[in-house]
Amino acid sequence: MKNWFLLLATTFTLSLFAVSCASTPSQPTDATAGAPLSPPKAEDKEWGMANKDYSASRYSSLNEINTETVKNLRVAWTFSTGVLRGHEGGPLVIGSTMYVHTPFPDLVYALDLTKEGAPVKWKYAPKQDPQVVAIACCDTVNRGLAYSNGTIFMNQLDTNTVALNAETGKEVWKVKQGDYRMGMTITSAPMVIKDKVISGISGGEFGVRGFVTANDVKTGKQVWRMYSTGPEEEVGFAGSMETWKGDEWKRGGGTTWGWYSYDPDLNLFYHGTGNPGSWNPDQRPGDNKWSMTIFARDPDTGKAKWAYQKTPHDRWDYDGINENVLVDLNVGGQMRKALVNFDRNGFSYTMDRTTGELLVAEPFVHVNWAKGVDLKTGKPIEVPEKQTSSTRNTKDICPSAMGGKNQQPVAYSPRTSLFYVPTNNLCMDYEGVEVKYQAGQPYVGAIVVSHPGPGGNRGEFIAWDASTGKKVWGIKENLAAWGGALATGGDVIFYGTMEGWLKGVHAKTGETLWKFKTPSGIIGNPMTYTGPDGKQYIAVLSGIGGWSGIGVAAEIGPEDPTAALGAIGAFADVGNFSNQGGVLTVFALP
Amino acid sequence: MRKHQGTFSYAALLCAFASLCLGVSLHGQTKKQLGICADPENLPFSNRRLEGFENKIASLIASELGTTPRYVWWGQRVGFIRNTMNATLESARCDVVIGVPSGYDLVQPTKPYYRSTYVFVYRKGKGLQIKSLDDPILKKIKIGVHLLGDDYTNPPPVHELSKRGVVDNVVGFSTFYSAQNPPDAIINAVAAGKVDAAIVWGPAAGYFVARHRVPLEMVPIPSGKTDLPFAFDMALGVRKGDEALKSRLEQVLDRRQVEIQKILKDYGVPLLDSRKAVTK
Repeated sequence: MKNWFLLLATTFTLSLFAVSCASTPSQPTDATAGAPLSPPKAEDKEWGMANKDYSASRYSSLNEINTETVKNLRVAWTFSTGVLRGHEGGPLVIGSTMYVHTPFPDLVYALDLTKEGAPVKWKYAPKQDPQVVAIACCDTVNRGLAYSNGTIFMNQLDTNTVALNAETGKEVWKVKQGDYRMGMTITSAPMVIKDKVISGISGGEFGVRGFVTANDVKTGKQVWRMYSTGPEEEVGFAGSMETWKGDEWKRGGGTTWGWYSYDPDLNLFYHGTGNPGSWNPDQRPGDNKWSMTIFARDPDTGKAKWAYQKTPHDRWDYDGINENVLVDLNVGGQMRKALVNFDRNGFSYTMDRTTGELLVAEPFVHVNWAKGVDLKTGKPIEVPEKQTSSTRNTKDICPSAMGGKNQQPVAYSPRTSLFYVPTNNLCMDYEGVEVKYQAGQPYVGAIVVSHPGPGGNRGEFIAWDASTGKKVWGIKENLAAWGGALATGGDVIFYGTMEGWLKGVHAKTGETLWKFKTPSGIIGNPMTYTGPDGKQYIAVLSGIGGWSGIGVAAEIGPEDPTAALGAIGAFADVGNFSNQGGVLTVFALP
Repeated sequence: MRKHQGTFSYAALLCAFASLCLGVSLHGQTKKQLGICADPENLPFSNRRLEGFENKIASLIASELGTTPRYVWWGQRVGFIRNTMNATLESARCDVVIGVPSGYDLVQPTKPYYRSTYVFVYRKGKGLQIKSLDDPILKKIKIGVHLLGDDYTNPPPVHELSKRGVVDNVVGFSTFYSAQNPPDAIINAVAAGKVDAAIVWGPAAGYFVARHRVPLEMVPIPSGKTDLPFAFDMALGVRKGDEALKSRLEQVLDRRQVEIQKILKDYGVPLLDSRKAVTK
């Protein structure tokens, strides 16, 4: 489940010397001219899914805002969500209504785009046990909504999946997927496939056994549930049981807190699974399947056609839940129905989505825990010195547990055939002995000390060729790039930074064409739509997690006072850029 | 916003803002209450019904300071300190955690006021006599352990068990307490024979063992020379930099030492001499 919370448990050790945060493309090219603009597709007036479409492309063909006009982009209107915590995900636009979600308490607003300033049509405020935040512990983020046939679907922190009447905001049904008192929460956006709504579960640190569930869109009745670990009939795929000792698969982790994508022709949907259960790696020998896995499942039955484990026997907390983008790519001279995944472990995987065949696996950030991935076996070629252990201090493992990329979704432009990837440039040390306590009991645990990777910048926004596994250009970011990407038919790529900048950059060169400082840090995903007035709009949620400015700084306390000073200095620096507060900012040309 | 219904209490509105109500006692005195950060459901340590030994110690300390405890409830898990002692809103903050290990670095610990250890728990009269992690029987019997913290952070004796190759026969118990998973689940499993032995933090073991109808043995686990420590000094924790409160609390610990030790003993906490570790 981890992304934000990992940061909380993580001690940032940041260099005191200034790091470059200039938006300078590392490899500028001259190919700025680009293909002529093509007429936008009618359906791209709307933004109907969390990641735009079933292939999770985050690409819209709208092009009124393009490389020529983007310099004139300005704020059209804003909307405060009234919630302070970290705002992940982004709104949907269906017809002339925008649906905006918030982190816990998981509010939903319907905004009327036909009226000036987009007033609120309805507001949905679920009743959740206030204890859920205190007891459930981890993320309180929410990554968004799903829409189908007049109904909005949402997963809530207390594991309820709800269906709301899109016109009125009234609850149509509500189904509980798990027990938050057992460490289960839901933070991910659901996806509707045919007559089913698909949801995951979070809570891997607490021994939650991950699962995906399909509920009937009309009634909420559970149609099937498939687990990530255990017997074939419960997983919908063989091969898990023999990779665990005893009955440890029962608390096997492999939670499903990421994104979904779907290929209607193959009738397969794709999702990832997280780290194996809360367990000293020494205590869970074996590959621990199907944690850290990409699953291709039949949405009608939940059964899997194939599964590919990216990080066997995880020792680094590289949750494998990042989005799987479905595109057709020319790989080695042959067109393939491809699936592209940028994993926490630092490798970008290009696979055949029909069969699960691994085509390309290359590091997209600095990676040193493995030398590469064996394309035949699919297994990483691990570096023994970089394996973590509870009783040893393993230094300088790259990427850090936060991943080469976290949950922030990438975008793909068919106009450039490139992926646009927000990445983290962070490495980590696994310290040996450190006294912690939980539930009143002291324990001696590894602590993760994160520090910037080579170059000192903590993030980079890159363009990636998934056919060959090569970086095309990159924009170094001072802080980790925690917001998602948006690709447009106008060849402008949008992404947000933790300081709060929304940037529009050239799809071919990475040149920054436009930027605007929103009220808070951006960890959400920009989107675009055509308003009832016929104009193209760009919208993004800003609202940094409570940890960054104050919370995390307060939890930082390394024994080394120099490190403490460094950390406090670093977070004071984040506080200067950004403070908490959820705001939707919507942009248009004059 | 809904219209006013019936009478409207201005005082109640004021009291909705906790900070304005702090320390306004029945007698109109304004002595600031002692903010205690505690788990709402984690016996024998603390609970909302104030039945834990940490609740008793909190009351004792507060009374010595001439005030009463004001609780901020939060599960003792990742985010506990951040959401209680270091909460963003001052009105939501508390000042003291009653039990933290001495080396716990998210807070400023006081000097320790008790020392306890991880223990073996097993049924009496079943032929078991486990005294150390090197006992070969540990490879043959089923052992229950608590799962703590984030990944890779099991209780220290469990790490040392795995170093000794005791892996397959270990059964994990979640520390996510709930109706379905009460804190004494691990002790009940020993009593019911679902596991042959368990490794449990002393204060938790002592309380439930003393209250169980099945006679259970409780044996401190000695650390080997190269092992992690299994015994820990426990202290009060205050906010980093709050030296004034730390020193006031340390005076209270000195003055009320006898009563505090009595509370710990009443709750069956296995106590070690602060200066000694259990070694072999």
